[in-house]
Amino acid sequence: MPDTQKLSFHVPDPGLRPGDTPDFSHVKIPQAGSVRRPEIDESPAEMRDLAFSIIRVLNRNGQAVGPWAGSLDTERLIEGLRHMMTLRIFDARMMTAQRQGKTSFYMQHLGEEAVSCAFRLALEPGDMNFPTYRQAGLLIASGYPMTQMMNQIYSNEADPLRGRQLPILYASQEHGFFTVSGNLATQFVQAVGWAMASAISGDSRIAAGWIGDGSTAENDFHAGMVFASTYRAPVVLNIVNNQWAISTFQGIAVGEAGTLAARGHGFGIPALRVDGNDYLAVHAVAKWAVARARRNLGPTVIEYVTYRAGGHSTSDDPAAYRPKEESAAWPLGDPILRLKTHLIEIGAWSEERHVQAEAQIRDEVIAAQKAAESIGTMHSGRQPSPREMFEDVYAEMPAHLIRQRHEVGY
Amino acid sequence: MATEILMPALSPTMEEGTLSKWLVKEGDTVSAGDILAEIETDKATMEFEAVDEGIVGRILVNEGSEGVKVNTPIAVMVEDGESVDDAAQAVETAQTKTPESAPKATAASPAAAAPEPDTSPDWPEGTKLKQQTVREALRDAMAEEMRRDEDVFLMGEEVAEYQGAYKISQGLLDEFSARRVIDTPITEHGFTGLAVGAAFGGLRPIVEFMTFNFAMQAMDQIVNSAAKTLYMSGGQMGAPMVFRGPNGAAARVAAQHSQDFAAWFMQIPGLKVVMPYSASDAKGLLKTAIRDDNPVIFLENEILYGRSFDVPDIDDYTVPFGKARIWREGEDVTIVSFGIGMSYALEAAEILAKDGIDAEVIDLRTLRPMDTATIIKSVQKTNRCVTVEEGWPQGSVGSYISSVLMQEAFDWLDAPVINCTGKDVPLPYAANLEKYALTSTEEVLEAVRKVTYK
Repeated sequence: MPDTQKLSFHVPDPGLRPGDTPDFSHVKIPQAGSVRRPEIDESPAEMRDLAFSIIRVLNRNGQAVGPWAGSLDTERLIEGLRHMMTLRIFDARMMTAQRQGKTSFYMQHLGEEAVSCAFRLALEPGDMNFPTYRQAGLLIASGYPMTQMMNQIYSNEADPLRGRQLPILYASQEHGFFTVSGNLATQFVQAVGWAMASAISGDSRIAAGWIGDGSTAENDFHAGMVFASTYRAPVVLNIVNNQWAISTFQGIAVGEAGTLAARGHGFGIPALRVDGNDYLAVHAVAKWAVARARRNLGPTVIEYVTYRAGGHSTSDDPAAYRPKEESAAWPLGDPILRLKTHLIEIGAWSEERHVQAEAQIRDEVIAAQKAAESIGTMHSGRQPSPREMFEDVYAEMPAHLIRQRHEVGY
Repeated sequence: MATEILMPALSPTMEEGTLSKWLVKEGDTVSAGDILAEIETDKATMEFEAVDEGIVGRILVNEGSEGVKVNTPIAVMVEDGESVDDAAQAVETAQTKTPESAPKATAASPAAAAPEPDTSPDWPEGTKLKQQTVREALRDAMAEEMRRDEDVFLMGEEVAEYQGAYKISQGLLDEFSARRVIDTPITEHGFTGLAVGAAFGGLRPIVEFMTFNFAMQAMDQIVNSAAKTLYMSGGQMGAPMVFRGPNGAAARVAAQHSQDFAAWFMQIPGLKVVMPYSASDAKGLLKTAIRDDNPVIFLENEILYGRSFDVPDIDDYTVPFGKARIWREGEDVTIVSFGIGMSYALEAAEILAKDGIDAEVIDLRTLRPMDTATIIKSVQKTNRCVTVEEGWPQGSVGSYISSVLMQEAFDWLDAPVINCTGKDVPLPYAANLEKYALTSTEEVLEAVRKVTYK
């Protein structure tokens, strides 16, 4: 008789749900500065260890330490702090605007500000991001006007997307921000295609694909990795692991073995894991990956280990699916607080300047909001003309759409 | 300026809630972030914050009120120095402002407004013609466009080394190298997404599906990304590209490999859909498709690949979209078809001529845009119409044409329009069943005799 037993079905479980005491002891966090920095042309096979560790620069005392430190000067760091503060205040205002019925929907970045803000500084003009819905820091850090973002969120007459897209699914080719897709993960393989087109054309521009931990289960993620590996596309493949896909913990998408970064190994793509709440580490790793792409060394997978401190969107309440105190227990801290501490530590910042900057940024955000609201919000003010509805279905408007537009009086 | 505070919504689907408690009273000064009230919904209790600083001018809805509709004004905020009466007035003015009135939908205009069809010939009289197969014509079209525009490239499974599963890309790898004729891994969803990204990146990809049956895997990328991104990005980024490959039944390849998707793709705004019959149209339309700034679905047919037709010996021969071709003029009945359906239509017309029925045969060539003007004009002459396609009956191309004729040529019809289509079953394998499941010349003859009452 063979040795058989009754089969049992396994479903990963986060272990902790509302009412439990948060516990992140399973997240192994190496000391800041302890993870090595390989040369950018090192063979992927030689750096497999980097997919199982976490690259960190800022230590507990706010000092920048180790081989990944020093990628940005002080002036740029202060700029970075301002970007993150702007994004946080922007988010808070828009969350409230949604509650007031000025828009139908919003998604905030709380706790994840460093990822997109720091990544943007590693790119050059002309490079293209294919983001998800939680990388507005790419826009803020590239100087995209906040009023434009709000016009889009309010879908008013000045909405650059002309009343056609869900709030926060921004698009700005000029700012290297591809239109956000409401269907998850489609952009990941498109980023690889865009990068491949750049290579076919002999151009110097590179692409960055973005995906969340949950959507790495989509076909597009795997197809993107296959093609990036096959054609050695000049692309940075960013996985933002914020631990939660709405109420589904990351173990459902990834299983309980390995890391998301390690998925790069099967494709022979260098894969790095980085502390997503460490502005300096994010920038240093992004810069390393961007340099590889630009030097024809091909794709890099980066997993940002971070934590979604807020709800997934305005439509869910995290208290219903995870312990309330979990966010405070997250061991990698708050990205803004950490960079602020560092700047104070090196004598480039102070509590007073921080308070001052916060007030100044709040005024800027409020001014932008007033400008957008003076045009209109979801249900009031000036709204997109019905004319907009018929445009851009095709590059040139076909006769039957011109006819339909005339029929409704525009 | 006085501003109204509106009843907030926790989610877009919330319609009303309870204003359970006010934490401020009239005359209170509040700053941004202060909690103004507690709102209760079916889901949760929510603290409602002030966005800006100001003075609570008037509370319009008392605490404890249930069923307060979302967006109802619940309080008025005033600025320093402003009186509550000013506030009330401001609110009144705001409420009497009427929003821009919604456009009124009107019924489609009658046939009188329909544009005149373009009846110009595809090539000038006296042009030298050569015999070419559809396969050669498609290859020539791609080669000519790739010579003309460095941004055009071909990708798909087996397109390079093997020169295409149906040998459409013969010679292209030799001429254009692996940089522009690219063999892909086997994932239609993947390489379609890749090509969509390349199109966004400024190139003009031609994506070959080994057959359109496999394109089903890539529908999300085709419909949700390629077709819609120009629109969604406010006109900033579009996908100029061609998806091509054999579509419809071949022979003995059964249910998963014998499907006509013309009607599926024809439904999607943002796509253009082409389905040629002859070699000259295959060539002229594919060249137009490659130059088009929109995503184009180009539906070929395996059985037609080897058929020969006259092709004009002209440098740079193109055929415009949205222009049907009248293969045969006639007085008694209009037969409308496209792609391989044209074989049945033309064969039927030959037989009918011997019986003294003079059929006009129209090849649509492009399904989106569709040249309905040519169909209507023809039906105004013949007063009868039969459509022919291999696809399934429900929601078919023919049913769309029938509805156009009902709306725009009703007064000219002397008989109901008949749609000859495939049977409403997955295509069986056995030769006899396969033949029966597809439409046929016999069915077209029968339909014509019905509409002409002969």
